[in-house]
Amino acid sequence: MSDNTTANYSLGGQVPTGPKILTSRWESADGHTYDGYVRTGGYTALRKALTTMSPAQVHDEVKASEMQGRGGAGFPAGTKWGFLPADVHPRYLVINGDESEPGTYKDRLLMEKDPHQLIEGIIIACYAFGAAQAFLYVRGEMALAQERLAQALNDAYANNLVGKRICGTDFSVDITLTWGAGAYIVGEETALIESLEGERGMPRLKPPFFPASKGLYMQPTIVNNVETLSNLPYIVNQGGTSFKDLGGATSSGMRIFAVSGHVNKPGVFEVPNGITTFRMLFEAPEYCGGVRSDRKVKAFIPGGASAMWFFDEHLDLPLDKPTVDQAGSMLGSGAIVVMDETTDMVKACWRVVRFFARESCGKCTPCREGTTWLERILHRILTGNGRREDLDLLFEVSESISPGLAWPPRQTTICPLGPSAVSPIASAVNRFRHEFEHYIEHGRAIAGVEYVPMHAGSSHGAHAHV
Amino acid sequence: MSDVNDTEVQETPVVVKTTLSITVDGRAHEAEPGQLLIDACEDAGSYVPRFCYHPRMEPVGMCRQCLVEVEGPRGPMMVVSCMTPVAEGQVARTETPSVKRAQEGVLELLLANHPLDCPVCDKGGECPLQDQAFSHGPGESRFVEEKRHYEKPIPISDLVFLDRERCILCDRCTRFADEVAGDPLISFTQRGNNTQVNTFPDEPFASYFSGNTVQICPVGALTAKPYRFKARPWDLEQRESTCTTCSVGCRTVIQSSRDELLRYQGSDSDAVNWGWLCDKGRFNFENVNSEDRLEQPLMRDGSNLVPSTWSQASAAVAEALKTGTTAILGGARGTNEDAFAWARLADALGIQMRDPQLSDGLPTEVFGLPSASIEEAANATTIIVIAPDLKEELPVLYLRLRDAAEKRRSRILEFTAVSTGLTKYSWKSVPTEPGLQASTVRNTLGEATVREQLGKGNVVVVVGRASLAESADHTVAALSAVLAEVPGAKVLPVVRRGNVRGAVAAGLGSNTNATEILTAAAAGKLDTLVLLGADPIADFPDTDLARRAISAVRNVISLDTFLTESTARASVVLPASAYGEKEGTTTNLEGRVTSVAQKVTARGTSRADWMVAVDIARRLNVDLGFDSVESIQRAMIATTVFAPMADGGANTREGVLIDQPAMSLPTVSATAGTHSSYDLRLVVSRRMYDQGASTAHSPSLVGLAQRNVLRVNSADLARIGVASGTSVRATSSKASVSVTVEADDSVGRGVAHLTFNAPGINAGDLIDVNASVNDIKVETL
Repeated sequence: MSDNTTANYSLGGQVPTGPKILTSRWESADGHTYDGYVRTGGYTALRKALTTMSPAQVHDEVKASEMQGRGGAGFPAGTKWGFLPADVHPRYLVINGDESEPGTYKDRLLMEKDPHQLIEGIIIACYAFGAAQAFLYVRGEMALAQERLAQALNDAYANNLVGKRICGTDFSVDITLTWGAGAYIVGEETALIESLEGERGMPRLKPPFFPASKGLYMQPTIVNNVETLSNLPYIVNQGGTSFKDLGGATSSGMRIFAVSGHVNKPGVFEVPNGITTFRMLFEAPEYCGGVRSDRKVKAFIPGGASAMWFFDEHLDLPLDKPTVDQAGSMLGSGAIVVMDETTDMVKACWRVVRFFARESCGKCTPCREGTTWLERILHRILTGNGRREDLDLLFEVSESISPGLAWPPRQTTICPLGPSAVSPIASAVNRFRHEFEHYIEHGRAIAGVEYVPMHAGSSHGAHAHV
Repeated sequence: MSDVNDTEVQETPVVVKTTLSITVDGRAHEAEPGQLLIDACEDAGSYVPRFCYHPRMEPVGMCRQCLVEVEGPRGPMMVVSCMTPVAEGQVARTETPSVKRAQEGVLELLLANHPLDCPVCDKGGECPLQDQAFSHGPGESRFVEEKRHYEKPIPISDLVFLDRERCILCDRCTRFADEVAGDPLISFTQRGNNTQVNTFPDEPFASYFSGNTVQICPVGALTAKPYRFKARPWDLEQRESTCTTCSVGCRTVIQSSRDELLRYQGSDSDAVNWGWLCDKGRFNFENVNSEDRLEQPLMRDGSNLVPSTWSQASAAVAEALKTGTTAILGGARGTNEDAFAWARLADALGIQMRDPQLSDGLPTEVFGLPSASIEEAANATTIIVIAPDLKEELPVLYLRLRDAAEKRRSRILEFTAVSTGLTKYSWKSVPTEPGLQASTVRNTLGEATVREQLGKGNVVVVVGRASLAESADHTVAALSAVLAEVPGAKVLPVVRRGNVRGAVAAGLGSNTNATEILTAAAAGKLDTLVLLGADPIADFPDTDLARRAISAVRNVISLDTFLTESTARASVVLPASAYGEKEGTTTNLEGRVTSVAQKVTARGTSRADWMVAVDIARRLNVDLGFDSVESIQRAMIATTVFAPMADGGANTREGVLIDQPAMSLPTVSATAGTHSSYDLRLVVSRRMYDQGASTAHSPSLVGLAQRNVLRVNSADLARIGVASGTSVRATSSKASVSVTVEADDSVGRGVAHLTFNAPGINAGDLIDVNASVNDIKVETL
């Protein structure tokens, strides 16, 4: 499959290209300001939608675009909007700007560098499905994004683009900005809703609490990702079909990926969705420009820390949701982490597991107890106290969180955070078992991996005993 | 087995039925619509292990222990059965290898950080985690890391200790505090593996219902001070009984070891308490065990009471009852059988004057109105509350009504002079000035929105004496006003002591009320006054009248568990056996008769009240026709009012309702002049913890009674020119006292509030029981 998709392109300048939809203003010094945005065509889509299109027409364009949600699950946005029960009001739009997975930083840049585009998208969405109130939830640590969004929102209000009777029409929407308080779990949509309501950020059970029927304040709610909504001005201006045509057969539009790790030029890149391959992204000069020191890729995480890891045999797969799903992982939120051949896989595995253990909300048993236990076993192995049976134990504990260790993961937990911690273990231990065994036998890494000090301790040691 | 399942899935019901057909572990089962799968599985004989699920609280699906497999469109799906509603044709399996694997996995994870201190844990032996670790656990832990450590245990209130190491974070206590009690004073703090239950800084878990969290804790994380390290569960013997602390009549389980009461637990009665108890009812067993209990009869010798024998004391009582004018006060703290025996004795001796209430209740005609059960009240479309603060006086009724409002079944329309626990759950809380209730009620019920609300469905009036500093007439007039406006309304009478309704039904009430009895006594018209567990000096609203009455009566005969100020002036004091020491039945505010169980031997030589009546009757050659609880009950069943007990229903958990003859309210003239602008109208009400015997003699509770302060609206305080927290002189027609005044805007304008029988100044000193209302003047010292 990958061969067919990539056959038309060869590296060295020959990568598929497309228009910059999302990142067009990123290079501009004033792209984030109201003047800069309007000068470059900003808010024309909003006027077009409000004055020349019915809400249903806007919704139809979004459906025609076949845009998959960019938050992680990749569910078609137009279809999601259709889940709202008819005639139940008030209904809300919640914008998930709580991007917090390691290596994920595309939404932050969208909010920092083009806040008006997001605001325009929000109002278009509200118009399409009839919400009069939107809540923009931004991760607490994103100070610049908060500052720029607040300024942008004030400017938009001042110019009658948000608020009462927008652009002189009888359509009104208010947008409320909310800052998070530093919990990764709040990126999960139901936990985000809890947090918005002023509760602890803990996920709700689905069913019965599907946001489209019982969401914010138990009202129908659509939770959309920042990137998803930032695409709407283009879709309205150019039409859904033209958006769709930018991507591959099963992935429409342009999409931005955040690449980090052992590449020469880590960064966020906007590429035609579904046709660009991982290899192109890593190696093309216009993207990452190759792996550092011309080393080989040992493994890479294709879609955020919760994804199963990919290896060199996956490099020619296209960045296409169905293809990556079928290969046993996911594109998720578009965060790609590259690990070169000098990476200590045991340590890499521990670092990812530690993240999830620390970010577990504590609501359900398997995640609260299980992720921490996994982290402590790995930490023990890394510090030279591993036992032979620990590798089986890692799988046994993982099994209690994610029965069958299947992909897509099954879960005994409320939300997918628990199974997320299982992915790195299933990936690393299966593929690099000898590295773990070496640690267990010799108390240190195999030869040839780079030494990175464990400056931060285990999640157990990191907290004080009360 | 699976073939059987498959064929049953195919079956389509041909008749309209009200149940849902499901299959649990291959067995066909009919489940109630709306039921959760976890309960349906249990009904079908497959118990699903659980920790966070509690049938009286919203499920949260947190512990993940109740995972089962349900047949879905894409094969079997693992679901949490506590959040999955049953559906027609559902096929659930609770014992497949993957379910077992998941349940064992969760249990191993729960035990990973759980300390293995079961041998010194109070919960050991009755611990759901311990039990389910044996029944559904993997048998062995592979966790070799160091467990979580916290300081253990920490007090989170005066009554409850928290051991965070044992806590499995099931959210039961925190949900109870928030959802059921409405006191969200405990919550999760931190997150992930460091998540812990805790209080907010400087805010203890001072809930009247904190003991319930100890009972529903599925591990030994929460323990109650009165029971810590007192017994092992397997050493406890228990019997089901009814709490008689107040008139709600919560079903309890009373537990003892080595003939000592050690613990009360709530028992789940659908009709009454849903398994909950208030802390006073749960922990006041300590007073039964108190060192201060009366253990032998006392007789007066000059200015002293000296120990005596039952034969001498009973003979003296019989002698006193033979001649002269006698009155009986009290009887509402005992059993129906106690009251019945004394009523028959009084009948035989021609004692006319009797009152089980101490002029702090309502005329007994209220019991003859069309009456509502607690269940009816908590399901009424509109609940009109003209009553004392139910959270303070009838705490579990408060929980039921709060639930009705919170779950949007009912709207509460409250009339009160001082904000109550129910105020914030009320649809409308109307401030009333004492003495003007009736006109306020009439005006409010005339409002269009109120009329509309009353027209939406059934109406229940919860009615009782809100203030001891005003005549009962005002409450009766307000009730009459409601019944005139809403003729179909049913009435739930709020009575103060545990068995007022039983005592009245048994015949301990009369046309002469306590005020009239004590007035006659004070005027020297009474020769003998029998106090059946009554302490007028502490409990009668007008302390001055009570003191004068007790002093003027030649023979005061007191049956009581403790020496009180009233009994101290008696000529004969007879030790009465207490709750848990005697068998019988009690009648709650609805008129529900349930059993009261003896669990321990009566203290010293103390006797049940009925035994004393039988003994005295024998000495006076009166044949009462009974000489045991059983024979008294046979005699009771022969009366119309207790006839429903005939089928033994009183021995069931839900009990049986008495057959109260219909009566109509007396006509009252409730007039109270408006008070002068310099005066404040006095409201005196009770709080849960006071100087009453059951609190005062329970070491764990005694410190919880708060000192009396005069609470006044801040605007009134500003008008008088007094700062909050200063001492003032409060002067009524009866007395003048010095008291600390506190600004409190939950008190209505023009009103001053004092607590009855609280430590500090005695509100009863200020009350003239014969006045329509009592006004006080507040001056700076």
